Amino acid sequence: MERRVFMKSGAMALATMGLSPSFLRRTVFAQDLVKGAALNGNARGKVMIVLFQRGAADALNVVVPHGEKAYYAMRPTIAIPRPVSGSAATAIDLDGFFGLHPSLAPFKRLWDDGILAPVHAVGSPSNTRSHFDAQDYMESGTPDNKGTRDGWLNRYLAVKGTCDECHLNDAQAPAVSPFQAVAMTPQTPRILEGPAPSVAMNSLDEFTIRTNGTQAERIEALYRTGNADVVHAAGGEMFEAMKVLKSANPLQYQPQNGADYPKSPFGNHLRQIAQLIKADVGLEIAFADVGGWDTHVNQGGATGQLAGRLDDFSKSIAALVQDMGNRMADVTILTMSEFGRTAHQNGNGGTDHGHATAMFVIGGDVKGKKVHGRWPGLEANQLNEGRDLALTTDFRSVFSEVAFKHLGAAKMDAVFPGYEGTQSKWLGIL
Amino acid sequence: MRRLFVLSSAFAFSGSAAVAQAAKSVASHAAQAQAPAASGDLLPDEQIQQVLNRLTFGARPGDVATVRKMGIDKWIDWQLHPERIDDRATDALMAKYPVLNMKTADIVKNYNVVQQLQRQVKKADAGDSTVDKKDIRRDALTQNPQLAQLAKSNQQMVGEIQSASLARAVSTDRQLDEVMVDFWENHFSVYAGKGQTRLFLAQYDKDVIRPNALGKFRDLLGAVAKSPAMLFFLDNWQSAADSTHPTLVARNNGRAGGRGANVRRPGIGRFPGQLPPAAQARLANATPAQRQQLLQRAQQQAKRGLNENYARELMELHTLGVDGGYTQKDVQEVARALTGWTFNRQNGEFVFNPAIHDAGPKTILGKQFPAGHGQDEGEAVLDLIAREPATAHFITTKLARYFVSDDPPPALVDRCANTFSKTDGDIRETVRCVITSPEFFSRAAYRAKVKTPFQVVASALRAVDALPDTTPRTAQLVAKLGEPIFGRQTPDGWPDRGDAWMNTGAILNRINFGLSLAAGQLPGARLNNWPQFDSLRTLPRAQQVDGVVNSMLGGQVSAETRDVLMSGSNPMLSSPTVQGGAANDINGMVPDPNADAMGGADGTRGADGTRAARGAQAKQAAGGKGFPRGAAAQIPGFGRQVNLQGLPQVVGLALGAPEFQRR
Repeated sequence: MERRVFMKSGAMALATMGLSPSFLRRTVFAQDLVKGAALNGNARGKVMIVLFQRGAADALNVVVPHGEKAYYAMRPTIAIPRPVSGSAATAIDLDGFFGLHPSLAPFKRLWDDGILAPVHAVGSPSNTRSHFDAQDYMESGTPDNKGTRDGWLNRYLAVKGTCDECHLNDAQAPAVSPFQAVAMTPQTPRILEGPAPSVAMNSLDEFTIRTNGTQAERIEALYRTGNADVVHAAGGEMFEAMKVLKSANPLQYQPQNGADYPKSPFGNHLRQIAQLIKADVGLEIAFADVGGWDTHVNQGGATGQLAGRLDDFSKSIAALVQDMGNRMADVTILTMSEFGRTAHQNGNGGTDHGHATAMFVIGGDVKGKKVHGRWPGLEANQLNEGRDLALTTDFRSVFSEVAFKHLGAAKMDAVFPGYEGTQSKWLGIL
Repeated sequence: MRRLFVLSSAFAFSGSAAVAQAAKSVASHAAQAQAPAASGDLLPDEQIQQVLNRLTFGARPGDVATVRKMGIDKWIDWQLHPERIDDRATDALMAKYPVLNMKTADIVKNYNVVQQLQRQVKKADAGDSTVDKKDIRRDALTQNPQLAQLAKSNQQMVGEIQSASLARAVSTDRQLDEVMVDFWENHFSVYAGKGQTRLFLAQYDKDVIRPNALGKFRDLLGAVAKSPAMLFFLDNWQSAADSTHPTLVARNNGRAGGRGANVRRPGIGRFPGQLPPAAQARLANATPAQRQQLLQRAQQQAKRGLNENYARELMELHTLGVDGGYTQKDVQEVARALTGWTFNRQNGEFVFNPAIHDAGPKTILGKQFPAGHGQDEGEAVLDLIAREPATAHFITTKLARYFVSDDPPPALVDRCANTFSKTDGDIRETVRCVITSPEFFSRAAYRAKVKTPFQVVASALRAVDALPDTTPRTAQLVAKLGEPIFGRQTPDGWPDRGDAWMNTGAILNRINFGLSLAAGQLPGARLNNWPQFDSLRTLPRAQQVDGVVNSMLGGQVSAETRDVLMSGSNPMLSSPTVQGGAANDINGMVPDPNADAMGGADGTRGADGTRAARGAQAKQAAGGKGFPRGAAAQIPGFGRQVNLQGLPQVVGLALGAPEFQRR
């Protein structure tokens, strides 16, 4: 049921018909949450964390095909050397053919624990080499279709586990948390655009009325008039959400299990996502992004520019995994980047816009210790347009498998309209 | 019918309402509003509010009196003819923005010079990882102040344009014209963060949208179709005839000779670059790096062929609407007709390039277009589409939704769509039809619209008679509220229905925005400058509340809101603290001058020192440079907790009230 349709048909009318508009349900849910969190924290559910590496990460130096001779031929100065046990300047071997960039050392433990699944030669079937278009396609979930207005995560939320009409007619429809979808970004990201409600914020402590308690209560009173129009409803919802968050006590948060988040924006964002998960505020989808991957010039090898980005990236994610502890059983992390980079290094010690990329799926129900996806090879005749890693897995295959198996998403044709490969093309990552 | 009301309204009000008198009328309105007034026509005062709420960015002090004095009909007609309204003060204000007064060619030139520097920095840095890029760049800029200036203006361009949009909305007396500019810039939305689109935004506003905002729709459509901003944003500039189709001029003409010499360079020779003559000329003077870029671009263009992006949005978003009766085939055919519509990359001027124009025959919306035509064919296609009944209906629906209600009455849309068609798409007459209709002045439409983030900020600034802020800071609050100016990534523009932008996070940011304004944290928006501040601050709370309700909430609030503004107590909220120390902060003072935005240190709690990094990251994230996002932190002190007393407290509450979120 779309939020905007509710508003159109009129909340009051629905209420008098004995139906509960979604925002009223949400408010009820929030009240339950305050109680629930205080009692036993029973709002635990599955969580998916989506992390976007904006700028096109160089997949071949992230998950390194050190068993490929051509890899070293094409990258004379930036290739990651073949694994040498004990060396911090060489690839970290995974399976004798692939290895991790040495700055991804924190991921090795996740691999050993069987909760890390790299997926290689995956990406968008679109040929675009534009960051803007490619990010747009990966977030809308509809490659080469610029007409899609909403993001695929929002479509998942809008249709998840429901028939088209049953939400409308089902007074028992589950309550929805105001924090069901949270983006740690200044504006709602494209991937969460759409009718289902979501919250975008830079930090949790931003989610507060910036005045003293009395004044804040006065403002709350302005919205607690029993009026059910969209403005009052959103206001009421917001005050409930604030209470929920207050019970999570963001300023006092201490990561557990010795987790040490980097003091970077990305590390901060992941720390706050962990915080929301542990606060049992009903978080189901979390989103964060991290830039700095567009390494046209001097990208470096085992050390340097890309290594620095990967260091922050892997330390932040590994800290979250550690912080979550056993809770990782309910959490899946999905990383993505709009496309990969050229297989050859360019004249500036960097790489240019390419095609297929690599992702990581991390979580308790992941089939780890395996690099997923068919490897297309790096010989000249195996490259895409003679220059990039070829694509063997459509990103929608990975996204739909994770959403279906981890979150229990149904209606994949609504989440990825026009995609034929659901189920039949799944790689068995979960 | 409405006309009668207008006459009686002019009769009923003398135009010299003292505060006490105004307070009385507020009380009576409040009573009126509580009556089940679901039907019935608007009261004369409500008509004035409706007009100011919808046809301006919110009433400034004195606006109600102006409309009352002039009479609504006359005032509307006056606003429908902006050329008759003296706006020199706003012109002077706009002169303060360098980017608005530059030629596009110079903007592009500066951009190229700065890009050149970036490349040099990268070169110098390549192979030596110990050198800090920032140092090289800083050195280069220090040694060359002129270059530094260019880099600065290049970086600030989008911020300036956003600031100018807001400043103009706040200050201009041509309010309806400005409202129409807002409408069209969202209808023909372009995204500042996509590549070089931003270089053409100033020109887009000044030469494309603004001159046509109340003109003929076909003229506006044509201007947009030829604008570098739209050509770039929706890719039509690089749309070329597919290799299977004939072009108007043979593809190889004019380039056979010089090509080999330029192209045969190590590493590049393998590209079958096909270059138009203009690119050839540029190649001759290019540096190696530029040359590589040019060749790659040409190669991509040759490979890409037909690009349907603009053609699709032209029909779906700009004219016919998604259900406008066109097919995918029509999209392709329109795209073919518009091949060759591109622009000069040096000065942004529209160019028709016959060498990439698909010269084959086409059929569009059932009409035959014979082979062998050039730019005239695209013009004929725009003529055809602009005059389709579906376009009249789609545009009128959007106008009615913008001005009247989220679900405008079909009868109104039909009637005014008819006006659109009969006047050959005269925007002024179509708007007149909508805003003088009984539906516009109906009870159902009164305060039915939720303000967009832009409208929230502009109306609050106007209510307190704020001086326009020519820095980018205040405009970035619009982004903070969720809808950055020229910041919609997708070409559909921001949603035009209130429920799309009213949600948990949005309302929170709106409340905090109101608090910041009341606390004097916004540049230019000091309550001390508000004409009513001095007269109200010494009055009892009840009269302060009346004054604020009059200025900011259109003279009417619910009984609950009034109670809260008075005392903070509310029967629905059983919190003892609220009932406690509320009613006694009468005659409170201006907030602590240290709370003033401009001087103080950044008091943002939890400030993590990572904002700069975050900004750089966001830039990269957007896939484009120089697009400020999430930059509210640039207002020092914004986000700091404010403690308001007395009149500023009433203002803060009023701006955070549900009533202020509507118009």
